[in-house]
Amino acid sequence: MSAAVDTAPANIAATADTRDGRAPWALTAPALMLFVGVLVIPLAMTVMLSFHDWGQYKGIEPVFILKNWREIATDPYYAEMFWRTFRIALLTTLITAMFGAPEAYILNRMSGRWKSFFLLVILGPLLISVVARTLGWALLFGGNNGLVNKLLMSLGLIGSPLPFMFTETGMVIALAHVMMPFMVLSVWTALQRLDPQIENAALSLGAGSFTIIRRIVLPQIMPGVLSGAIIVFSLSASAFATPAIIGGRRLKVAATLAYDEFLNTLDWPLGAAVAVLLLVALVLIVVGSNALIERRYAEVFR
Amino acid sequence: MSFLELDRVAKQFGPQTVVDDFSLTVGKGEFVSFLGPSGCGKTTTLQMIAGFLDPSRGAIRLEGRDLTAMQPAKRGLGVVFQSYALFPHMTAAENVAFGLEMRRVPRAECRERVRAALEMVGLAGYEERYPRRMSGGQQQRVALARALVIRPSVLLLDEPLSNLDAKLREDMQIELRQIQRNLGTTTILVTHDQNEAMSLSDRIVVMNQGCIEQIGTPQETYERPASAFVSQFLGKTNDLAATIDLSATPRRLAAGSWSVPAPAGIAGPVTVSIRPERIGFGDAGIAAKIVTRIFQGNHWLFQCESECGPVIVIRQNDGQPQPAEGEAVRLAWRPEDMSLRGAGGVA
Repeated sequence: MSAAVDTAPANIAATADTRDGRAPWALTAPALMLFVGVLVIPLAMTVMLSFHDWGQYKGIEPVFILKNWREIATDPYYAEMFWRTFRIALLTTLITAMFGAPEAYILNRMSGRWKSFFLLVILGPLLISVVARTLGWALLFGGNNGLVNKLLMSLGLIGSPLPFMFTETGMVIALAHVMMPFMVLSVWTALQRLDPQIENAALSLGAGSFTIIRRIVLPQIMPGVLSGAIIVFSLSASAFATPAIIGGRRLKVAATLAYDEFLNTLDWPLGAAVAVLLLVALVLIVVGSNALIERRYAEVFR
Repeated sequence: MSFLELDRVAKQFGPQTVVDDFSLTVGKGEFVSFLGPSGCGKTTTLQMIAGFLDPSRGAIRLEGRDLTAMQPAKRGLGVVFQSYALFPHMTAAENVAFGLEMRRVPRAECRERVRAALEMVGLAGYEERYPRRMSGGQQQRVALARALVIRPSVLLLDEPLSNLDAKLREDMQIELRQIQRNLGTTTILVTHDQNEAMSLSDRIVVMNQGCIEQIGTPQETYERPASAFVSQFLGKTNDLAATIDLSATPRRLAAGSWSVPAPAGIAGPVTVSIRPERIGFGDAGIAAKIVTRIFQGNHWLFQCESECGPVIVIRQNDGQPQPAEGEAVRLAWRPEDMSLRGAGGVA
């Protein structure tokens, strides 16, 4: 009898253990299934697709060949396309960082009502479709008679109209505008964590305003700038609407190239290979730079 | 004589006057505390001295020079903030060295002074630590070392100990006082903690709603509070309504069944203010009943209901038997232990 009494609590403990073990899986199952269903499976299918064959008259053939990958690796056309993609993304990132970080800093120093007003101004564009915003830039650039060119010429800054449409310059400008809110938000978050007295502390120790920004504020918001940079870089490198409108057919980037292979050439396997390569390259760049940032700032910001 | 002088300084934010008509002279090496409840303008005054805020009116002079015309970076004052405001991306040594770098102190001298400053605050060997990896007390010491290493003409402390726990705060108070005495740095401390102000300062400036209520030594402000506010804010006090009995000759001051000869030059209803530790249980005095009796280690705290209203009494735990709860007692005190305030203010 005493044995029965002794084992009873043990049984309860055992069932509690097994229930505890399964519960997290059961609870995350719906989200996991959604994740697998809408992300993992299509992604795996795209990867598979990139190894299939394709011909003008035979269509897609479900075989395993490296034709598409060999083509991308050997044809300099694709190398140029990817270099351009990452060059544009990098320039966009640099510009958003150069303008976004000061913008967030100034915003943070504004008082009450102005702060919320300008935060709305900065975030407002996010409420408008990227297509609409980029078309706005296309109107401003619009060939030789575009507003931007007219303004620059009337100011005497340039003698003849600059080409903006179908150029990397135009694409970088439009992308930088589209991506700016992400950088400002990211830096703004980092600024929120700054001790409000820290600038006064530096001031009382004899630092000038430039020194305060360079030696005190900037190092502390750097993680914010860098995480903003990762967001902007990956969004710019995979951006489709802006390059499609500003660059059109003439100036393609990886995303528009994949689109064209899918929908114009109908060479789905080659398009899939381009898309997969873009994804892998981005993941490597983002994970790599994130690891670097974490190691650099681990000691200070843990 | 006056080293730091504030002359009728005032600060307004819009229509709101935060500090009004603040005049004070601080001698060299003196330790002065600004004491008051939150929102009384003490921190605002400190920030005006530091230069983070410009006074709306009045002048601030340091050794005769006008401080308000000077950039905060040029004033050469040391400031310790409530949040410490350490630079989180710099080690303790880099934090302390920052002010010296700004002054272009040669590297070797800088290193030596940083080492000495950290040693002074008891943080030798913590040079390479980052603030995040230090306790609140250690961060506070780094902040103090950082402010002192530049050999400031005045050290400004903005509630520096309020984020520390009680035991650590007491230790830091003693240490702060010793460091200040050794260096002889003129120091201004902003605090809402009356014990801190009393144990550290040479003089206390009691502030309320932007105005100075009283300036005096800790003992003066405690023993002879200039206003009801000061007596309430500095420690516990009993305020009893009393009357002057004009029919008796000589006139007598009476509160309930307790009365003494009235001091000259006072008439009408007055308030008798008496500290709880100065009241004794005796055979004469106002009648009271003990409601609660609380043991607090080195003393007893009695809450009594007297004929003149509630009274608190504090008695040393000297081993003598103390009255029990519910016991009827008589409360008395020496006339010199009370202060009188008439309708017209201080008597």
